[in-house]
Amino acid sequence: MLKIIKQSFSARVVTNSFPAVVAEPPDGFRGKPVIDFARCTSVDKCAAVCPTDAIRVRNSQDDPSIPANDKELSISYGDCIFCGECAAACPESISITKEFFLATAKKESLTLRGRYRSGPDGDRFVEMMDPPPAASNETEKLGSELIERIRKIFGRSLNIREVDAGSCNGCEFEISALNNAIYDIERFGIHFVASPRHADMLLVTGPVTRNMENALKQTYEATPGPKLVVAVGACAIGGGIFGKSYASCGGADTVVPVDVFIPGCPPRPEALLQGILLAIKKMESKMTAEPRMDG
Amino acid sequence: MDSREKIKAAIQEGYGQRVTFRDGSAKNELYIILKDKYLSNLPEICSNLSKTFKAFFVTLIPNDEREINGKFWVYYVFSIPKEDLFLILSVPVDPRQREIPSISTVIDAAAWFEREMKEWYGIVAFPNVRNHATHPDWPEDIYPMLKDFDASGFVPRVKGAFDFRKVEGEGVFEIPVGPVHAGIIEPGHFRFTVAGEPIINLDIKLFYTHKGTEKIAEGTTPGRTVFLAERISGDSSFAHALAFCHAVERLSGIEISKRALVIRTLLLELERLYNHIGDTGALLLDVGFASGAQWAFRLKERMLQLNEVLTGSRLIRGMAAIGGVRRPIEDTVHKHEMLHQTISDVSKEYERLADLVMSTASVLDRFETTGKLKLKNAARLGMVGFAARASGVNRDLRRDHPHCAYPYLKLNVPVHSEGDVLARFNIRGEEVRESFKLIAQLHHQHVNEEIMTAIDPIPPSSQALGYVEGWRGEIVHWVMTDKEGNIYRWKITDPSFHNWRALKVAVMNNIVPDFPVINKSFNLSYSGNDR
Repeated sequence: MLKIIKQSFSARVVTNSFPAVVAEPPDGFRGKPVIDFARCTSVDKCAAVCPTDAIRVRNSQDDPSIPANDKELSISYGDCIFCGECAAACPESISITKEFFLATAKKESLTLRGRYRSGPDGDRFVEMMDPPPAASNETEKLGSELIERIRKIFGRSLNIREVDAGSCNGCEFEISALNNAIYDIERFGIHFVASPRHADMLLVTGPVTRNMENALKQTYEATPGPKLVVAVGACAIGGGIFGKSYASCGGADTVVPVDVFIPGCPPRPEALLQGILLAIKKMESKMTAEPRMDG
Repeated sequence: MDSREKIKAAIQEGYGQRVTFRDGSAKNELYIILKDKYLSNLPEICSNLSKTFKAFFVTLIPNDEREINGKFWVYYVFSIPKEDLFLILSVPVDPRQREIPSISTVIDAAAWFEREMKEWYGIVAFPNVRNHATHPDWPEDIYPMLKDFDASGFVPRVKGAFDFRKVEGEGVFEIPVGPVHAGIIEPGHFRFTVAGEPIINLDIKLFYTHKGTEKIAEGTTPGRTVFLAERISGDSSFAHALAFCHAVERLSGIEISKRALVIRTLLLELERLYNHIGDTGALLLDVGFASGAQWAFRLKERMLQLNEVLTGSRLIRGMAAIGGVRRPIEDTVHKHEMLHQTISDVSKEYERLADLVMSTASVLDRFETTGKLKLKNAARLGMVGFAARASGVNRDLRRDHPHCAYPYLKLNVPVHSEGDVLARFNIRGEEVRESFKLIAQLHHQHVNEEIMTAIDPIPPSSQALGYVEGWRGEIVHWVMTDKEGNIYRWKITDPSFHNWRALKVAVMNNIVPDFPVINKSFNLSYSGNDR
């Protein structure tokens, strides 16, 4: 007994100061790859090496809205597994940053698309297809009362039920790290519960395999409203490297409505914290969608 | 005559006209091809290989080769550790009559492999069994691993119900658990039959996380498949990817640089460390010793942060590559120091934690004699890895089929015989200490060599095994390339596929509240099993 007390005193406080202080990831950490669309002259180089087709090139045959001689290069951070192969294939136009806070409520904002015209000298950049992500003062337009309401309902204590819908277990690893002394999610009033009936939020991982589709649906229906659903990792966002197949539905939002998407493969524990705090509006964000209040 | 030739001669003498031989692309693989007419001799040959040569059954690989040679083939892989040799018994199957004798009657370890073969290929070895690798809503006559099955197609659901073994009697209850489990853990269904507290039967239903990994890799490049391999089982990302890379390198016949071997070995041991340390914590949590558990989780977090500093990824992803490793890990002073400091601190603290656990009677009381698994059963089930070694099975691929830098390192393989939770707990601690010793032998080696040896092009129409001793146990992949050098067939054998069956035996007569700690003491991968 004495040994335990001695150990407890000698171990210093190891909990980090998230979100007040965010430790920078180490050098070599592979965060968000950034494509310098304007600089690119050969769109196929990165798309050819991307293992999940997060980066892809489409032409008018794939999408009739693309003019005949044009190509569209798109990168979807939701499908990205942060392997760094794109930057290795094209260091001139792609750089790997350390940015890993990528959670968002709007799935579309995870995809950037650029149009190119093909010519004898390669591909020439024409324009970006999407407007830049909404600035944070947009949230004010939606009504600070709504935000306050969400904070009142979920802000003091949030119960999370984790549902593994077929993941490789990597995301579970990082989610369970949230319960250790370093990340200590309970200091935010958030804890993991054993039953969906006690839950306010479902944390879903995995592409939703065929054999877990029904279990996920039933878990969602067993969760009383108001409730939130957070899709964790590339698989839960769009099927990840497993995509859509006979065995995999291709993402959590093919089965249940999803409120927040957290990219990563797996997302770091701090990215998970950001995504969860985002869902309950405890953090500033680019979020504009509302969580559902139905049952 | 060397031992390989001796073995060949002995088999030739026993089976003469019935078999032919072929050398594999890799030096330690010998293919024994059984002629069509002598299919009925299959169980007898397997039984003899197992008894006469003390061969260990490793895996069973069905393959649809109709577009190559008009037949199905089933490869039975046996390992002879003393000679570092793999015997691959290749058996042809007539596509019009997809039947093959079962070897499970002589080698029980093959049972789950044969059941999966029936459901994924339609090749029947084991008639009249309940479905294992598919769920009841999967149509009976659709075999997803056949070449003419379109992986992207939607398969309709049919009506069906799980068929669990019923045990009846007064005071006998059934407890269903899962697939969504109470903690942050993978999905699977357990059906307990209990009489009061003691468990009298356990049925396990898996394949909830089946993602069709082997199927979706077919036709893609080996380069892309490395990333797929990293996601078979998240906590063995590096080991699985490495086993795949080994398979491609062995079918190409290339040697990779010593520097790459050293880095690979270091990363394999780091993966072993963070998992064993994490498990120490999880086991303590399952018996209610929270302060010890949190201590272990703190040490695990330090190991994960070390992984991120060295490789850029907490789970050591993005490192394994065909021909070497993707990035160097000792290229800065900071990384050197971080490695040295973390290993030094964690090894000292782990000793203090182990000391604390060993002097806490309440923990030892829960661990001792719980979930006992005898050597007889462990051997019969073909168990592998640390869980097998805790029951007395003396097998470790690092010693028996050396790979990476292990041939050059001093390695001790701890083996226990009690087979209870305490043995599986202790063996983890001993493997942790061994890993620290191995890492100490690996510092600063061959730093001037290249980390990558290119293989260009990947040889077409070739095959080989690729294996590593992952932290759970032996991981064995088999890769066959097509005419373009892309993947024709990829067979993944995770150690959990062998070991899940052991859980049913280990829980018998234990009480239900001990189930979580018994389950955790094996720490089997659902995703590794289901793929």
